[in-house]
Amino acid sequence: MSDITANTPAMSSSEPRSAPLTAVGPIAWLRTNLFSGWLSTAVTLALGYLIVRAVIGFVDWAFINAIWSVPVSPTGVAQTQACRDLQGSGACWAVVTEKHRFMLFGTYPYEQHWRPAIVCLLFIGLYIVSSMRRFWNWTLIPIWIGTLTTIGILMWGGILGLPYVPQERWGGLPITLILATFGLALAFPLSILVALGRRSNLPAIKVLCVLYVELIRGVPLISLLFMASVMFPLFLPEGMNIDKLLRAQIAITLFAGAYLAEVVRGGLQALPKGQYEAAEAMGLSYWQKTGLIILPQALRLVIPPLVNTFIGFFKDTSLVLIIGIFDLLTAGKTAIVEPSWQGFGVEVYVFVGLIYLCFCFAMSKYSQGLEAELNRHRRR
Amino acid sequence: MQQISRPGFLRAIGAAVIAAAVAMPAAAQQPAAGGSSPTMDAIRARGTLICGVNTGLAGFAQPDSQGVWRGFDVDYCRAVAIALFNDPDKVRYVPTTAQNRFTALQSGEVDMLARNTTWTLSRDTSLGFDFPAITFFDGQGFMVKASLGVRSASELNGATICVQPGTTTEQNLTDWARANRIQFQPVVIERLEEVVNAYLAGRCDAYTTDVSGLAATRSVQPRPADHVILPDVISKEPLGPAVRHGDQRFADLVRWIHFGLVTAEELGLTSQNIGQAAADARPDVQRLIGRTGDLGRMLGVDNAFMVNIVTRLGNYGQMFERSLTPIGIQRGPNAVWPAAGGLQYAPPFR
Repeated sequence: MSDITANTPAMSSSEPRSAPLTAVGPIAWLRTNLFSGWLSTAVTLALGYLIVRAVIGFVDWAFINAIWSVPVSPTGVAQTQACRDLQGSGACWAVVTEKHRFMLFGTYPYEQHWRPAIVCLLFIGLYIVSSMRRFWNWTLIPIWIGTLTTIGILMWGGILGLPYVPQERWGGLPITLILATFGLALAFPLSILVALGRRSNLPAIKVLCVLYVELIRGVPLISLLFMASVMFPLFLPEGMNIDKLLRAQIAITLFAGAYLAEVVRGGLQALPKGQYEAAEAMGLSYWQKTGLIILPQALRLVIPPLVNTFIGFFKDTSLVLIIGIFDLLTAGKTAIVEPSWQGFGVEVYVFVGLIYLCFCFAMSKYSQGLEAELNRHRRR
Repeated sequence: MQQISRPGFLRAIGAAVIAAAVAMPAAAQQPAAGGSSPTMDAIRARGTLICGVNTGLAGFAQPDSQGVWRGFDVDYCRAVAIALFNDPDKVRYVPTTAQNRFTALQSGEVDMLARNTTWTLSRDTSLGFDFPAITFFDGQGFMVKASLGVRSASELNGATICVQPGTTTEQNLTDWARANRIQFQPVVIERLEEVVNAYLAGRCDAYTTDVSGLAATRSVQPRPADHVILPDVISKEPLGPAVRHGDQRFADLVRWIHFGLVTAEELGLTSQNIGQAAADARPDVQRLIGRTGDLGRMLGVDNAFMVNIVTRLGNYGQMFERSLTPIGIQRGPNAVWPAAGGLQYAPPFR
């Protein structure tokens, strides 16, 4: 507060006085932002009332009136009468208690559930390690290969004394993580190549890349999945089958690749031409120029749209439900098919939604940090 | 002509695709020469039956809390596995949706569909399938609130009716309304849960789907007596397993497993008493349990296959009671003829 310093005599003994409470601090903030006029005050009070009502209602529903477990008869039929008597005034979390293992791991053999559980942890560990900058060198390659091999061994089994589990019994969260991880990990390098190809001077490569991007972007993901699931097997010789999950995986990878390629191309185009010319003037070859000068700058520019696409695709993997693969969402939907559990969809969707939220929120927070760190030189 | 058994829509895609389809080696679809069945040979060589099932339909096919497939359709997969391997667990279940079930069977991804598929002429011919048996007679009906006082579907003129889109259900409803000059307001909702909630919340006067589905929904309501399933059935839905056309031996096996199950119920043989059936002097019983007649070998399986199946799964009635009675489905047309006057009629097992 400059006027205070100007009016105060230069007395070194006096304590510096703070501004009045009505001018700084939380009260001042409230006054300027929430209660600055009668209209503002009215809106604040009305919204505050609605928020408090909603929060109280949610807490009532989700915690106070909720039922956390119900008895299960010896024949395996859950006695959900208690839940139905609530008539929607409380959540029936018993459906999650009873079905959480099915939702997380699908039809994987029950006594072997520790295997997909470890797989999920391995995936999360892989994400954490890959996101730490100190691992951003050649060590990441053996780490990925090692982890993915372990994941494959755990999921399929058949060696090391683990019973073999065919792919159609996989389900739940591991399927979602497998589709998202492999899809994006393979689509990202593909997208860089396609983006570079689209800006290439070689007409054949350019036409190919443009065709790929426009064709794939021109159709919905559902139709690609249908193509992979329904049409593709008809073109194969009788008796020859490519795994359903692999077909879906390829469709998702191709689709993600086309979208990511356009994002990367945006970054390439945003770079000033001087960067290209300077790199060429230094005598760098095309790949040196691209790898050392262009891509590091271009990719940094497009972190927000890249993560946007990543998050979108993580959730898009749930579309595989239309071809009968039990990903997390499909497993959740199937859990409430049983008549005694019909009608408790909200609880299941909240549970599944929370899992999706955890992964997507982590991705978004990480990208914010990464963006801040990589763009440090711009904030001088 | 091999491509006759290909789906009709392939032809529309273009000459190149047709050429590819014709060029496809189709060994697995060759009619069985003599006594061999390519499907059964492939299943035996593989050691498991691959069965296409619904992704989740109460009573018919659904994984329980531990991920084990249970239900009426699933039991038919088990029965075939027992006939071939004497082991109900030698089955791999492939969940199929309404959209990809037929391709899965055509392409050989599954050996058979046990997925409440309605037997129609076009599916039997142009899709290239065989429907060995009708395991469940269903039909589309209406459910209304009892307080409405509606006694028959003809009183539904002017009603709002909740219906799911995409399946034959919606089409049947329109056809029926046109034929009976009934005006109605459809409320079309995709998801089962939401369409049921819309009906319960009173957004529509009636809810229509297959009678088995109506019964299942009604049975889980807090007061089932508040809802009435109208006696009118507006469509025929004969549901049963499907196999690829051209392998008659495998179709025979599936067909006679079903007839064997019905015959067992007719003869009063259950999972509890079939072990003592050897002492039963009735010739029909002796033939069913494989002590006379060599019938199993004619089908290409063990003569005692029906004993093995009934011991583990029960007869047709027991399978029905285990899966469908708990969700509120009556035997109705699926009772055994002639004893109970239903439509389940097994030709002589001899």
